[in-house]
Amino acid sequence: MQFFGGSEISPSPPAPTASGNNAHMLYIFNRNGVCLLYREWNRPLKTLSSLQDHKLMFGLLFSLKSLTAKMDPTSADKGNLGVPQLPGQGCSFHSFRTNTYKLSFMESPSGIKIILVTNPRTGDLRDSLKYIYNLYVEYVVKNPLYSPGNTIRCELFNTTVDQYVRGLG
Amino acid sequence: MAAIYSLYIINKSGGLIFYKDYGSAGRMDTNDTLRLASLWHSMHAISQQLSPVSGCSGIELLQADNFDLHCFQSLTGTKFFVVCEPGALHMESLLKHIYELYTDYVLKNPFYEMEMPIRCELFDLNLSQAVQKDRVLLLGR
Repeated sequence: MQFFGGSEISPSPPAPTASGNNAHMLYIFNRNGVCLLYREWNRPLKTLSSLQDHKLMFGLLFSLKSLTAKMDPTSADKGNLGVPQLPGQGCSFHSFRTNTYKLSFMESPSGIKIILVTNPRTGDLRDSLKYIYNLYVEYVVKNPLYSPGNTIRCELFNTTVDQYVRGLG
Repeated sequence: MAAIYSLYIINKSGGLIFYKDYGSAGRMDTNDTLRLASLWHSMHAISQQLSPVSGCSGIELLQADNFDLHCFQSLTGTKFFVVCEPGALHMESLLKHIYELYTDYVLKNPFYEMEMPIRCELFDLNLSQAVQKDRVLLLGR
């Protein structure tokens, strides 16, 4: 995994890949599985309570990561299925698509997981997730009132993310 | 280099009924493939629960760093999935074709018991031809 480097937010956010507002939800988890941020723009179907939903999402990502690490057809030594992997270790995944949504996933070297759920026809969002990670660094990590591991309550971050994701398509 | 790394077929309860390897690095033993198959079955089900809109039928494409996984679920709940190179094309049609072969050479085989591992000579034969043809198609692009 490459380090995203650079303290400056890249001056030009990556170009939108589609038009119209098609983002459904955004999750940010830390490495302990605590949901730091949950934003929702368009979610007609809700089957679970928010706590259960976050747990299920984290569990899905964790298990999919161990699945891809074990399934990786290009490496000979993969270890056993289900052994916890450090961020950047083993073969991870960056997105999956169903007939109703597309989930894009990014994990930073410190174990911060950013998940964006969008319309299934959205293109590659890896650069957009890196941009959201940069926003997180600028507005949350550098916020003196924020203590790591807590839920993000930062108005500036929320509005910037909202604005960016709406512009995304 | 092979475009397709492996093919799995799992029955409606998540049991692996067919597995074929087309040259991935590092052999996986039978237990590992069984575990991966049932893990995929559960992940497929959980992805339906997390859908923001109704009518979700599970993961169709998983894009990992080193491979793509295409999955096709038949109406009866049998899942077919291939592990292939990132960006490999025509995998949906290959899966549909494999499903056709499955209905023709497995389901119509009078000695085949439902939901049990597939041991059908004709299926193996036609499958290897289908995969070869697909490989030729991919090499020609």
